[in-house]
Amino acid sequence: MDKAAKPATRGMTMAGKNAVSGYLFIAPFIIGFISFMAYPLYQTVRMSVSDVRLDLENNGFSMELLPSVRNVEDESFLAALFSNFRRAFFEDAEFTRAIVEELGSMLLLVPAIVIFSLFIAVLLNRKFFGRGFVRAVFFLPVILASGVLVGIESNNAMLIAVQQQIQDQNAMQAGVTGVIEDMLDNMVGGAGIGDFLEYILDIINQIYTIAMASGIQILIFLAGLQTINPSIYEAASIEGATGWENFWKITFPMISPMILVVVVYSVIDFMVRTDGEVMEMVEFAMQLNEFGFSSAMAISFFFIIAAILGVAGFIISRLVYYYD
Amino acid sequence: MTNAAAAGSANEKKQGFFARYWARNKATDNNYLLKRDVARIAAGIFTTVLLFGLCFLILQPLLLQFSNSIMSRNDLFDPTVISIPREPTLLNYQTATRLMSYWGSLFNSLWVTALVAVLQIVACTLVAYGFARFEFPLKRFWFACVILTVLVPPQVIRSPLFLNFHFFDFFGLVTLFTEPLMLTNTLTGYLILSATAMGLRNGLYIFMLRQYFRNMPKELEESAWVDGCGKLRTFVQIMLPDAVPMLVSCFLFAFVWQWTDGFYTSMFLREYGVMAVQMAGLGDAFHFDYVRQVAAATGTQGAAPPIALLQAVISTGVLIGIAPVIVIYLFAQRYFVESIGQSGIKM
Repeated sequence: MDKAAKPATRGMTMAGKNAVSGYLFIAPFIIGFISFMAYPLYQTVRMSVSDVRLDLENNGFSMELLPSVRNVEDESFLAALFSNFRRAFFEDAEFTRAIVEELGSMLLLVPAIVIFSLFIAVLLNRKFFGRGFVRAVFFLPVILASGVLVGIESNNAMLIAVQQQIQDQNAMQAGVTGVIEDMLDNMVGGAGIGDFLEYILDIINQIYTIAMASGIQILIFLAGLQTINPSIYEAASIEGATGWENFWKITFPMISPMILVVVVYSVIDFMVRTDGEVMEMVEFAMQLNEFGFSSAMAISFFFIIAAILGVAGFIISRLVYYYD
Repeated sequence: MTNAAAAGSANEKKQGFFARYWARNKATDNNYLLKRDVARIAAGIFTTVLLFGLCFLILQPLLLQFSNSIMSRNDLFDPTVISIPREPTLLNYQTATRLMSYWGSLFNSLWVTALVAVLQIVACTLVAYGFARFEFPLKRFWFACVILTVLVPPQVIRSPLFLNFHFFDFFGLVTLFTEPLMLTNTLTGYLILSATAMGLRNGLYIFMLRQYFRNMPKELEESAWVDGCGKLRTFVQIMLPDAVPMLVSCFLFAFVWQWTDGFYTSMFLREYGVMAVQMAGLGDAFHFDYVRQVAAATGTQGAAPPIALLQAVISTGVLIGIAPVIVIYLFAQRYFVESIGQSGIKM
């Protein structure tokens, strides 16, 4: 490559040569991004406002903007254009509920995942017997909770039929935490504390889900903890700081940039998991060849996630402390 | 305090451990030593119990799957058998192996996954090095695009991606010569995606590798350049050998996630009989097999398999399906765990 490139780049400045080589290195990504990410994204947006028809004779598919296809009287141009979105949000019985539920469980789980993984990372960062084993096990969910393995046990025709029944049964049986919940409710009685306790108990009930979702997050925090200079702790303990103070005044501020990374990662990971209800609806609509409707749901969901990430990122980045 | 304690312990060598400890404790204010040590031991016990308990929580489904997989039919229906079967059997393994055509799938999965992962890592390494070491116009824009590929759920672009590959026509280039190619359900389609760094979670690998290259000393390349080494040669001969641990880590991630991936597998690799497809389809396969066998034996149509048996077979299938990646994980655990620390991910 060098021999061939030399004559072409002769007479260019150093910066110019650098720019050319830089673009050559990232060329695969640019080609891939434009043809397999940017263009499909554009097409998704277009599909959501179009009537998509598979055209098997011409080996392709055709898209026509919805207003020119729909023949509904008294329908304005915009109303026709966004009719797929209207259908998703106002006519479909499931979509709005699914999104709200998904967001609800996200608001419950993501903070829990962040706190849990930070807690575990701090514990794993200390020396104790069997640390290698424990680390290996905590990271195992990266394999066990990926791809088709999620929900594989219920992912066949027969179990889908009986699943609803199983869920109903589970809802009827009060678990151990159910009993504790009742006792606490009777004891405390106050509304505010009761709600908080319920949140905590909800999380305890889902501890397995949380542990399975925190593999990478624990690693990110561990990596962050190991970059903290030990001499800071040394100085603090000479001044008489306790472990508790050390955590809140040194570890937490130093690790705060990682919290942003972990929040972003957890939100994305939670949203794109394969057994998410919204994603299943998107997939299902596509299997029915309703490409427009499927795209409209996918796009709305993506923008909702992006908005949440934007807000969360803005708030957290205000609180993050950068040491250097 | 330590000096005093050392001097004290020299004098009291003949006394027992507890007596000496008590004396040292008395020398501190307010029983400080005793309080501190009790707190430490309590914290240690608490940590150990908590961590090993959580380990058990994570491992428990695996153990349960294993015990289910070696149960015979009688054990599965016997309410007195909970986790240790009375008549251990390998029957479930035989069924799962047969229905998944295990050895063929294992071979196919191994070469398909390795090929795809290698191609992805090669592409990602080139791109990451380009981002880490060169200054070019619009660099920030293109890097923002890398972040975008991480953020966009692949399901969002699923329909256009599927249709584009079903009638593959690269900006009209293909139709200049021939009909649009049908690249869905072909490995070629996924290889094209992998070679352009657009496969499963490739944005993440680009990000990790870029951080790693950025942390490598610049002087290495500068001295190579002074000695008259070209840019590509510097990359291949100087930078790559130093980046091997990180490359191995990224390759392992790519391999393991590709092994279990359902999204791209269902779009491109369905015909290749890879493990992810076999695992996902095992439940239905067993159902139909059971119906057929019952029909052949007794003439009864539409007999559904008992759920416990179905679950046992699926558990077995999952266990033998992920066994290769678990083995890889156990041997290469260090690479997984260290990779993120080496990349120094920060925002």
